[in-house]
Amino acid sequence: MRLFIGVIGLYLVAALALPLGLMLAKSLQGSRDEFVGLANYVRYFSTPALSQSIGNSLGVSILSTVITVPLAFLYADALTRSRMPFRGFFKTVALVPILVPSLLPGLALVYLFGNQGLLKAALFGHSIYGPIGIVMAEVFTTFPHALLIVLAALALADARLYEAAVALRASRPKIFWTVTLPGARYGLISATFVVFTTVVTDFGAPKVIGGQYNVLATDVYKQVIGQQNFQMGAVVSVILLVPAVFAFMVDRAVRRRQVALLSARAVPYEPKPQPLFDLLMLAYCVVIGCALLSIVAISQFAAVVKFFPYNLALTWAHYDFDQKGGGGWASYYNSIRLALLTSVVGTVVVFVGAYLVEKARGFALGRGIFHFLAMLPMAVPGLVLGLAYIFFFNAPANPLNVLYRTMTILVVNTIMHFYTVGHLTALTALRQMDPEFETVSASLKQPFYRTFWRVTVPVCLPSTLDIAIYMFVNAMTTVSGVVFIYGPKTELASISVLNMDDTGEIASAAAMAMMIFYTNVGARMLHLILARALERRTQAWRRR
Amino acid sequence: MAEKTVRLGSLLACAAIVAAAIGFAATTVRAAKATLTVYTAVEADDLKKYAARFNEDYPDIEIKWVRDSTGVITAKLLAEKANPQADVIWGLAATSLLVLKPEGMLMPYAPKGVERLDAQFRDKDNPPTWVGMDAWVAALCFNTVEAQKKNLPKPASWKDLTKPVYKGAVVMPNPASSGTGFLDVSSWLQLFGETEGWKYMDALHQNIGVYTHSGSKPCTMAGAGEYPLGVSFEFRAARQKKQGAPIDIVFPSEGSGWDMEATAIVKGTKNLEAAKTLVNWSVTDKAMKLYNEGYAVVAISKMSQPVEHLPANMLEHMAKNDFQWAATNRAKILAEWEKRYGAKSEPKK
Repeated sequence: MRLFIGVIGLYLVAALALPLGLMLAKSLQGSRDEFVGLANYVRYFSTPALSQSIGNSLGVSILSTVITVPLAFLYADALTRSRMPFRGFFKTVALVPILVPSLLPGLALVYLFGNQGLLKAALFGHSIYGPIGIVMAEVFTTFPHALLIVLAALALADARLYEAAVALRASRPKIFWTVTLPGARYGLISATFVVFTTVVTDFGAPKVIGGQYNVLATDVYKQVIGQQNFQMGAVVSVILLVPAVFAFMVDRAVRRRQVALLSARAVPYEPKPQPLFDLLMLAYCVVIGCALLSIVAISQFAAVVKFFPYNLALTWAHYDFDQKGGGGWASYYNSIRLALLTSVVGTVVVFVGAYLVEKARGFALGRGIFHFLAMLPMAVPGLVLGLAYIFFFNAPANPLNVLYRTMTILVVNTIMHFYTVGHLTALTALRQMDPEFETVSASLKQPFYRTFWRVTVPVCLPSTLDIAIYMFVNAMTTVSGVVFIYGPKTELASISVLNMDDTGEIASAAAMAMMIFYTNVGARMLHLILARALERRTQAWRRR
Repeated sequence: MAEKTVRLGSLLACAAIVAAAIGFAATTVRAAKATLTVYTAVEADDLKKYAARFNEDYPDIEIKWVRDSTGVITAKLLAEKANPQADVIWGLAATSLLVLKPEGMLMPYAPKGVERLDAQFRDKDNPPTWVGMDAWVAALCFNTVEAQKKNLPKPASWKDLTKPVYKGAVVMPNPASSGTGFLDVSSWLQLFGETEGWKYMDALHQNIGVYTHSGSKPCTMAGAGEYPLGVSFEFRAARQKKQGAPIDIVFPSEGSGWDMEATAIVKGTKNLEAAKTLVNWSVTDKAMKLYNEGYAVVAISKMSQPVEHLPANMLEHMAKNDFQWAATNRAKILAEWEKRYGAKSEPKK
């Protein structure tokens, strides 16, 4: 057992702790790797071109958060507190942004609100290239994340509180302010920080639509890729870590308090039909749903139009990726390879890791450190992790440097990048299992791996499938984690989108982004079918 | 019993998925006899054509491209100086190669037939450390449809671009990342003198909508009417026009900045023989004809054939250019540019 903890623990140390440590060290070094103390930081803060990005980053992040969270809350309210029709459909629609790279809304906004955009007039002469574009793209990207958290919080509602409020003749707004909102407050706080962190660390949207509006994430990229100034890249990365880690810690503290909210005697809330309210909510969901879908629709439209905006005849020419910049169709197949490997290997590593943390006995210190390392990736932006990988895996002295620029390092990086959510999912599933399974099998003198394989895995199969699809979808869409470490033979679809946009082949970039979308939709559907089938077989014991 | 079958079934399903994933992932490309890692800034839509043409003659040498904008590739080569990853540089600005040369990163080599190249299209040393391929020349892409809508006159000179009428209508590449951007800036400094040159850019800055990462994007943006005027280069301008963009291609009256794409062997390559083969091929007639498909002026200038949509007298549009001066001052110019215009917080309207 200790051996297993050791092996996976070693993986976390090599793939996370050491690279990050090295990156911190790098930010204190000069261009010849000599120690220079805080000199790089002094230079950073005395260069206004660089340090003003801090304000820019915080500005767009706060603004995006302030817009996204209320929008998502109202949407969640509509889904849980009204009886409007098509609730399932609207929930699905709201999750669409998860399936696309964050570059896509940027591309779509150019077509919608750019100088030739279909809805340009709506901006009243303001330019989409800059904070306005970034915020719009980020609201799109973060909406489903906020929604899922708020939905989970609202699902905990206790019907008895609502019945009491109605009996006391509270008005509808009053019920909202005194029952619904306080009940969901932890969810709201959590959503706020998740949205904030996502925006502050996002690289795709500001890269495509940010124009000359510099933010921390694009600065890291410019320093590292544009000027190959790795030390300054490390400095900006460390600065980027600060808000992310802060938000992460507040979020953890808040989530810990939420646990005891729902008592055993609570009655699930079931909304009654209220025609006017339901209609209003339906109208709201239609508006939001249309806004979300229009981003995807316009991208598809742009991808098949000959020469926007002058020649709107249809063509497949933009799909001829091999004749464009970027990695051609090979990059698309690379992405699928990465996604499959990440989801299979990642699920095994994450699940076994979570099992050891939750079910192993003894070795508490080791398991504690392990759990901490598993939670850490949540607070580490993809760009920062990627840069740390350059330092760690490209060091001539590191025996692991043969991995540099291979598919393996991309898989290792992507699993690490998305480790935390998988870990939490697995932990939740494992905690639902009575520890008596282990005690009984121990008293029957069964080795732990046998119990693991014959009881734990089948019982937790739905959760492992969830982890697998989560890993797959994110491996398809991620840009920030892999942009520093892909090689000539491992270019990915999402990177191709970035590079084609850079050279001005926006239609092809949109076409490739849509390929990612369709692939993820396909994967999701497969997951749904598989999950249903497996659930019928392995979860039969849950039913009577 | 049924339970067992079910469990077996699900296990088999999982095993099948795992096997499929690993099988798919393990599919490897059949290895060629030699593989060259070639760093380049050649236009992305031409890369595969270049490799295919070379492979017609040398099918046993596989080219692995690493492509990015000029500035990025230059920075990358400098950063990897201690441990070079590239075998050959094929298609990078001569001003960049002149930066790499004093660092001792290039291996002098005289490819067969190098004497046929015009003198200004090869390194002066003997043997030369780099050999030229073709010239790429600054050009303005001017969207006629948008111009009509907005009543914009067609500019004839660089100076015209600073007129208030073009406020927010001009896009140009960032010289730190784009070779085209750098040749613009260095040509303005040479044409107008340093003080006047920076003054000119200060004025131009007022009219810039955005600075782009690549030198092509200003022209594709102009072609799509996103911004009516793009400071770009002749290859992309001609290609945009061919693809149906409603643009006029303008070569400013003061003369156009230019740079040349060039080839060199990276010192320390482990594939020296293959590298020499590629560099030999890069100056053949066949290669010149290949470059000439996109670029109007190639290194054996008498071979240059006119390119569709471009004037026949391209050589006359090219301003006098001191490559050595541009290369020596590259870092200083970029730092100054970054200081003046890098921190623009918001695109001007």
